[in-house]
Amino acid sequence: MTSRISATVQQIPKSGIRDFFDIVQTMKDVISLGIGEPDFVTPWHIREAAIYALERGKTSYTANLGTLRLRHAIATYLAKHLHVDYHPKNEILVSVGVSEAIDLALRALINPGDEVLYHEPCYVSYGPTITLAGGRPVPVATRFEENFALNIADLEKAVTPKSKILMINFPSNPTGASITVEKLEELARFCEKHNLIVLSDEIYSELTYDGVTHHSIAAVPGMKDRTILLHGVSKAFAMTGWRIGFACGPADIIEAMMKIHQYSILCAPIMGQEAAVEALERGEFSVNQMRNEYEHRRNFVVAACRDMGLPCLMPQGAFYIFPNITKYGMSSKEFALQLLQEKKVAVVPGSAFGASGEGFVRCSYATSMDKLKIAMERLEEFLQQGFR
Amino acid sequence: MDALLQLLQKDDRVSPAELAQQLNISEKEVVAKIRKWESDGTILGYHAVIDRERMNPDLVTAVIEVKVTPEREGGFDHTAQRIARFEQVESVYLMSGGYDVLVIVHGQSLRDVANFITNKLSTMEGVQSCTTRFRLKTYKENGMLHGMEEKCERLAVAP
Repeated sequence: MTSRISATVQQIPKSGIRDFFDIVQTMKDVISLGIGEPDFVTPWHIREAAIYALERGKTSYTANLGTLRLRHAIATYLAKHLHVDYHPKNEILVSVGVSEAIDLALRALINPGDEVLYHEPCYVSYGPTITLAGGRPVPVATRFEENFALNIADLEKAVTPKSKILMINFPSNPTGASITVEKLEELARFCEKHNLIVLSDEIYSELTYDGVTHHSIAAVPGMKDRTILLHGVSKAFAMTGWRIGFACGPADIIEAMMKIHQYSILCAPIMGQEAAVEALERGEFSVNQMRNEYEHRRNFVVAACRDMGLPCLMPQGAFYIFPNITKYGMSSKEFALQLLQEKKVAVVPGSAFGASGEGFVRCSYATSMDKLKIAMERLEEFLQQGFR
Repeated sequence: MDALLQLLQKDDRVSPAELAQQLNISEKEVVAKIRKWESDGTILGYHAVIDRERMNPDLVTAVIEVKVTPEREGGFDHTAQRIARFEQVESVYLMSGGYDVLVIVHGQSLRDVANFITNKLSTMEGVQSCTTRFRLKTYKENGMLHGMEEKCERLAVAP
């Protein structure tokens, strides 16, 4: 029987995270390190601003690009923190999370058969979203031995005359890798040489550690006109459920993205936009508090993993560690399943983040210190039982 | 504020080894820093944070605004220090504005607090007047919310 579902959609694999979620859900008393969102509730001053907005009757549609007030707040915020200037009138689009903005950008730019380069292991949506937009995904593996940093030589090997876009995500989900200014400049020359547009997912840009500050490729001289900067309030401000992201870039691309956005989404929800203004204008204190907390947890989990002999990098961003489990002789999926069944600790198999994620598991430390301590004890027990 | 001090302020029962791990510094450094703060008076003490209302619902807390006649030498210090020495007094602050010294007092009963004010505080030399206000309910104390914990409910696994 022929399926009534489109061939394109059939060809797209289900998210590996979704599979795992279905199993975890059937179990009790699981400590989950599998959650890609903060364990903090949105800071009260932000929630209160949204409640106030509702009291004032802010319940309508907004401009397709988002409220002008929010776009101004975004412009001011990015100028201050990432040192890049965008015009609120036509260079900023407010989306329903960064996920929507990625989809819009890819659909606005890709002609059938265009190739999109991206580094892997990466966020689960990149490959499928490229395929859905009619492009060809070209993953470029990053390596544990190189701190999961971008290797320009590998990119050079993957690039072809059909390459049009390079997607980057630093600090990275799932590896926690960040990128240096020098590497960004090298990358900029690479993009200019091959005339690539950069889609830079910087959703974790506030969450950097060891005194490292995040730098945007959009701020590298000459790059603003070929970069779409994607950011949002979800991670740093603990606002995942509000669904507010934004895309900033050259006016012609933002205009093209807006065309799709206006027909498919119309606009991001107004309450979320009102809350995002408060977050961007007055959220710095809360962000710093949460970041400090993440940094302490990161130090703890990395030290704990290393103590139990689990090879693990010290990531400088996001809230994930991505330890190497190859020496235990199991696939990442088997490892995660056994750990879940035997010790009730949920981690995400690295293979969910692309083929080069095989041999790793992602553990999120966006969970309370008390739970992390128990999880690390259980993990150690699991590793000691000897399948080495 | 020093990151170690922040962690201690949140929970002083975490062991030096754990604190060292969280801050990515040596245990020796943690112990040395704590000793220094204890000796120079940065850390004044350690105590459990108690929900007084739960412990004893009849407990009375009064916030007393005191007007004080300052002295030629020492200003308000002498009187404020005398007030601070009473055991039932929890906090004493010199304030700007319509009165001079703010005193927070805990007592076992209303009579208890009334006795303190009429017999001790208001009869003290230098004290001109007292305005007493009683606590009715606690919502937040020492940075801790009372009876309104928030749980972040999340999916078990998310991208």
